[in-house]
Amino acid sequence: MNLGWLVALVDVVVAFLLIFGLKQMASPVTARSGIGLAGAGMLAAVLAALLYVLDVAPDAQPHVTANAILAALALALGLGWAWWAGSRVPMTAMPQMVAIYNGMGGGAAAAIAATELLGAGQGASTRLAIAVVGGLIGSVSLSGSVVAWAKLDERLKRPCRIKGQQMLNALVMLAAIVLGFSTILVMPRSPGLAALFFFAALLFGVLMTLPIGGADMPVVISLYNACTGVAVGLDGYVLQNPALMVAGTIVGSAGTLLTVLMARAMNRSVRNVLFANFGATGSAAQAGAVGALKPAEASDAAIFMRYARKVIVAPGYGLAVAQAQHKLYELVKLLQAAGVEVKFAVHPVAGRMPGHMDVLLAEAGVPYDLIFELDDINDEFDDADVALVIGANDVVNPAARVDRSSPIYGMPILNVDHAHQVYVIKRGQGRGYSGIENALFYAPNCAMVYGDAQAVLVKMIQAIKDLTAEPQAA
Amino acid sequence: MTLQLTITGFVAIYIFMLAAFTGYEVISRVPAILHTPLMSGSNFVHGIVVVGALYALLNATSLTEQIIGFVGVVLGAANAAGGYVVTIRMLEMFKVSHSRTGEKVT
Repeated sequence: MNLGWLVALVDVVVAFLLIFGLKQMASPVTARSGIGLAGAGMLAAVLAALLYVLDVAPDAQPHVTANAILAALALALGLGWAWWAGSRVPMTAMPQMVAIYNGMGGGAAAAIAATELLGAGQGASTRLAIAVVGGLIGSVSLSGSVVAWAKLDERLKRPCRIKGQQMLNALVMLAAIVLGFSTILVMPRSPGLAALFFFAALLFGVLMTLPIGGADMPVVISLYNACTGVAVGLDGYVLQNPALMVAGTIVGSAGTLLTVLMARAMNRSVRNVLFANFGATGSAAQAGAVGALKPAEASDAAIFMRYARKVIVAPGYGLAVAQAQHKLYELVKLLQAAGVEVKFAVHPVAGRMPGHMDVLLAEAGVPYDLIFELDDINDEFDDADVALVIGANDVVNPAARVDRSSPIYGMPILNVDHAHQVYVIKRGQGRGYSGIENALFYAPNCAMVYGDAQAVLVKMIQAIKDLTAEPQAA
Repeated sequence: MTLQLTITGFVAIYIFMLAAFTGYEVISRVPAILHTPLMSGSNFVHGIVVVGALYALLNATSLTEQIIGFVGVVLGAANAAGGYVVTIRMLEMFKVSHSRTGEKVT
């Protein structure tokens, strides 16, 4: 009796710490301590949960030693692997790592539902029905996240679609629901039926995610994150554990909001992402861009920037792929030392998910008060001498403002073309993620610096260093 | 159930409703710069599922339940630990420019 009271008390504190920690994440100043508090809460929750061992259900009593050993093993295994993998994953691969951890949470939620469905007579059918729904959502989140991971990790290259995909998806979903409720109503505690149910749910997750293009994966991951939250919240009800209910539901609603925000930043609706098969439209004939591409030497561009008054840098995923963030910040520090005002303009979807570019720049040591969001900086391009675009394409394409036929029409973009001079560092003449031509590159005030971002930046740094070294030598 | 808590239908709905609003409010004030850490952070928060999985495993009565419970605890623990380590790694990188106490040590 007292034990239950103790665990319940710990759970209240844990729920508070998780909410408070999440709230502290609203500002970069308090975020670090916020997640620390949440972490302490989580640890307390797990330790308290181990106390269940002292008070298990009567029919589990004979197995309690074996179960306790299994629990310790499982905790060590999960924790050890995740800590090891999470500590060494490079920042560029962060989105797929989040996807895989999220999928595992969904899997755990599904496992809880499964034990509940198979368990000896928990009785109340409302509770079992909720377990079915939780298991369904958790399974979809698990298999969907794994597919999302494979796509972002480029293990699964092309979106694969089959004829009548939506019809098939609907049928599988229906089958999963029917099977799920049969496990309660028709054949309770039948392992075979339950297995079929989970199989159908997992299959639905795969089918649902396969047709979606890689560019949309962040939205999908965010959605599955919310799904796992909901599944955990429902499991919380099934287990009569309010801490799970609260934490799960908070993630469910927060994740849903985040999904909508992300989709909006990409000028898409969530429904559009899930069902519209983006990427298939990119092949439509584009209004040919007029003019010629003007190549520029890295050193010339560097010297031009050295004598500029104000430079705005617009980085994209290409920068991260080339692992050139550190070199970029080195260049920026040189420019700052020479009295140039430098700012970073980060598009909401630069990188692989909203905010990803901020993380990558932060990794290179760029202070976050130099980084500006789209709305805060867009007007400043008008009085900037140079806009330096590195590895970004679609997010600086002026077609989004003017060309109604463009698939990215209406997407908010960085107005780099308003700067006096634009330099674009680009590996080749390839197209952006959306597969469309970029009119910016043909603009009269734009010059292309071809080459790997890292190599180009090294040349630029060298050019500026030579320039400052010369007067002293003379 | 060992806990002396019983959450009946309507109380559950109240909890779900209030928690949903809380989640919405907490997130709506976060700047876009923190969206990725935040997604990872909320991913960590639902790692609390490991608590439920532990309960299921400790109360397992058959081999099937033990296997499922074991898998659940492994996955849940990985969700919590992985979410935490990834989030904290990201947040540790955010710095302000005037507190330039040396370059980042890697």
